[in-house]
Amino acid sequence: MSARLTSVLSRIAQAIPVVIGVVVISFVLTRALPGDPAVYFAGAAADEASIAEVREALGLDKPMLRQFIIYVGDLARGDLGQSISSGRPVAEDLASRLPASLELTLSALLLSCAVAVPLGVLAATRPGSPVDHLCRVLVTAGVSLPTFFTGILLIYVFYYLLGIAPSPLGRLDFIYIEPDHVTGFYLIDAALAGDAETFLGALKQLVLPAITLALFTMAPIARMTRAAMLGALSADFVRTARAAGLTNRTVLYGYAFRNALLPVVTTLGMVFSFTLGANVLVEKVFAWPGIGSYAVEALVVSDYAAVQGFVLAMAFLFVLLNLVIDLAYTLIDPRIGFAAK
Amino acid sequence: MLSIRDLAVSFQTRRGAVNAVRGVSFDVATGEVLGIVGESGSGKSVTSYALMRILDAGGAITAGDVSYSGLDLRRASEADMRDIRGREISMIFQNPRAALNPIRKVGHQIEDVLRRHAKATRQDARQKAIAALEAVRITDAEARYDAYPFELSGGMCQRVVIAIALACDPRLLIADEPTTGLDITTQKAVMELVSALIRARGMGAIVITHDLGLAAQYCDRIVVMKDGQIVETGDPEALFARPRHAYTRKLVDATPRAGESIRSLLPAEIRTPDLPHKVHERPILAVRDLTKTYRGKSGPVHAVRGISFEVKEGQSVGLVGESGCGKSTTSEMLVRLLDPTSGEILFDGQDIAGIPAGRFARNPRRGDIQMVFQDATDSLNPRHSARQTIADPLRRLGGMGGAKLAARVDELADLTGLPRTLLDRFPHQLSGGQKARVGIARAIALNPRFLILDEPTAALDVSIQAVVLNLLADLRAALGMSYLFVSHDLHVVRLLCDHVIVMKGGEIVEQGPAEQVMASPAHPYTQELLSAAPKPPARRLVPAP
Repeated sequence: MSARLTSVLSRIAQAIPVVIGVVVISFVLTRALPGDPAVYFAGAAADEASIAEVREALGLDKPMLRQFIIYVGDLARGDLGQSISSGRPVAEDLASRLPASLELTLSALLLSCAVAVPLGVLAATRPGSPVDHLCRVLVTAGVSLPTFFTGILLIYVFYYLLGIAPSPLGRLDFIYIEPDHVTGFYLIDAALAGDAETFLGALKQLVLPAITLALFTMAPIARMTRAAMLGALSADFVRTARAAGLTNRTVLYGYAFRNALLPVVTTLGMVFSFTLGANVLVEKVFAWPGIGSYAVEALVVSDYAAVQGFVLAMAFLFVLLNLVIDLAYTLIDPRIGFAAK
Repeated sequence: MLSIRDLAVSFQTRRGAVNAVRGVSFDVATGEVLGIVGESGSGKSVTSYALMRILDAGGAITAGDVSYSGLDLRRASEADMRDIRGREISMIFQNPRAALNPIRKVGHQIEDVLRRHAKATRQDARQKAIAALEAVRITDAEARYDAYPFELSGGMCQRVVIAIALACDPRLLIADEPTTGLDITTQKAVMELVSALIRARGMGAIVITHDLGLAAQYCDRIVVMKDGQIVETGDPEALFARPRHAYTRKLVDATPRAGESIRSLLPAEIRTPDLPHKVHERPILAVRDLTKTYRGKSGPVHAVRGISFEVKEGQSVGLVGESGCGKSTTSEMLVRLLDPTSGEILFDGQDIAGIPAGRFARNPRRGDIQMVFQDATDSLNPRHSARQTIADPLRRLGGMGGAKLAARVDELADLTGLPRTLLDRFPHQLSGGQKARVGIARAIALNPRFLILDEPTAALDVSIQAVVLNLLADLRAALGMSYLFVSHDLHVVRLLCDHVIVMKGGEIVEQGPAEQVMASPAHPYTQELLSAAPKPPARRLVPAP
């Protein structure tokens, strides 16, 4: 057990240089962006003097190194700076928008796994059967339709034509009151507050965007599950298990599926990271106040602090994600814990 | 107890149905051990999978009857079959490490079977699983219960597989190549264990193997299969003394044993007189105090601990040992693919140990030292035709091209007995023996003076092994090469080598002239190796033409 703890700690330690690198790169990159924020914020009618004034107010006239030291010092105090476009502290913006994105992405992935993994397993146990073909069609369709198109299609059918979905305007209809901020996840916060009505309201808003994203992420998960299961089912140990008379159920889940899990978990991690970055289209279509659209808006107006904050938050998230995946590996596969010792 | 009549199995493939088993009939009586012997593709494993009804997808029994204690196994329901498997009829497999679930504790895997067949309850499962481990003589069974397969040696894994198979006291055991992939001393231990358990429990057994010697030693009766059919049945002594079928005779001939020459492995009709090879006094290779130490997670691992030996010009030296003895590390250092930690490798009087392995390819000596690799399939590029493979070293190191290159490839094909019409085929279109020929042609393309043979016949059937060994002997005589033959099998090494080196734990425990080491081994380890090898009964003497 202590060996496992050491390996966890050493994994965390390995993440520190990555985080430092991200801090430096995020700083340099945002400075390297074209466009001068001082000119932008001084307005269309500004002259040289007022631009210089704005530049001084933003601290952009100082040497690079000095700016960086100030930036790191602020970071250490948890101050990510002031967003120029929203006028609020970046930390505050992130605290409200990151959970929105996470809630959407996680529910989409949960939904996606709930469909894709059983589908992949079924397809692998009956290769060439109708289930296998259905899996292939569904997966190809899901991945080949762009998310903004499926999103709009779903809105058209379920909101406009059938009228069973709420208007696609953010996380909660205006008739509900936001639940108290505990985790930032409306579903969890509402459940914690015991507010069933708000919970249902938030869930209704979440369903369509989550389905849109889930359709898109199903393909890699289903395919990987199918391939990994096919591999595991043809392994020698499955033959041993069958020759020992074990039931299909034990062979399939106890033996084959657990061995097929490793590549599936790897894929899941990859899908999660690209979805979190790439769900900006879905956020736009459903007016979801997520972190993707926030970053794009900040980038367009050269909002340094906001972009840096976004990059940092994502980097931390990915470091955390990799850690979770590594830990999941050691739980699934005893050989990995052994190698880390 | 078991009766199989006219069994036929066919597989649906893209190129139509393939009949893997065509009308096989045999019986197994209670307490009898039946050996099924045949080379790859003979249908011996498929027969056993068919009677257990665990054929791979696409395979089906197309005709015949299988009855076990009066029960029709071919027509039994799948649920009934599941009850029979593991409780009445069990199987053990080759490659034991792969045959166990890699991420489940071995104790739990035994429990799965016990619980499935209601031989144990949740309360006493652990205790019964440990008892099953003790039954296969695993030391410290209590601690091994919690081990994962990767923490156990190959022989230990096979014991676990046997424990799983025997946990529910089945009455028939099918052992499918139970010792393939295991070291020769482990092989012996596993076979003795299996045969002792079978006798003690009065079970019937089917031992499927490609090794006629092994079958002869442990079976009461032998069935020889070829191309899905039984060609001969008989008791081991009779089979060896008076093989009736030509194929059995070929198999019997090809099985290496003490006191035979390399030519006697071949069928009598194609035996030619052995060509003498000249051994000079001058050493072509001298190894002085060679060591290789790897840095492991828990301290240094000494793979090779200061070995010294010589290979004389024209001499063939055998390097023998079991897995982990350092023989592969040694051969990799000699062929200069791996840098030694310390020591000298004098090739033609020049030390080549100091030249980094990464830069040796540009050394003029590269063409002089070549290697034939263990797995004929894996060591060929699957996307290169045989011609490309053989031409590669000629083009890169020999600087050849055009018509000259094509002529040399043809010449090499003739030399190694590879029909020229096969030169444009890819590895998957060639048989095992043909792939071995391509690998040898590639190795001798640059007229090397020293050839390292890393278990070149380990993956081949015995009859093909016989042909390849003889080809190597012919090439040696024709080209005057020196060989270092790396193998785990002393009997095979003896056939080709003048001198034998026995390694254990990174050290040389014994070396000397081949006949002397075989006849009167000095070191106890060499004696153990020799006694562990299956001893086929004497064979009818066929005078060489």
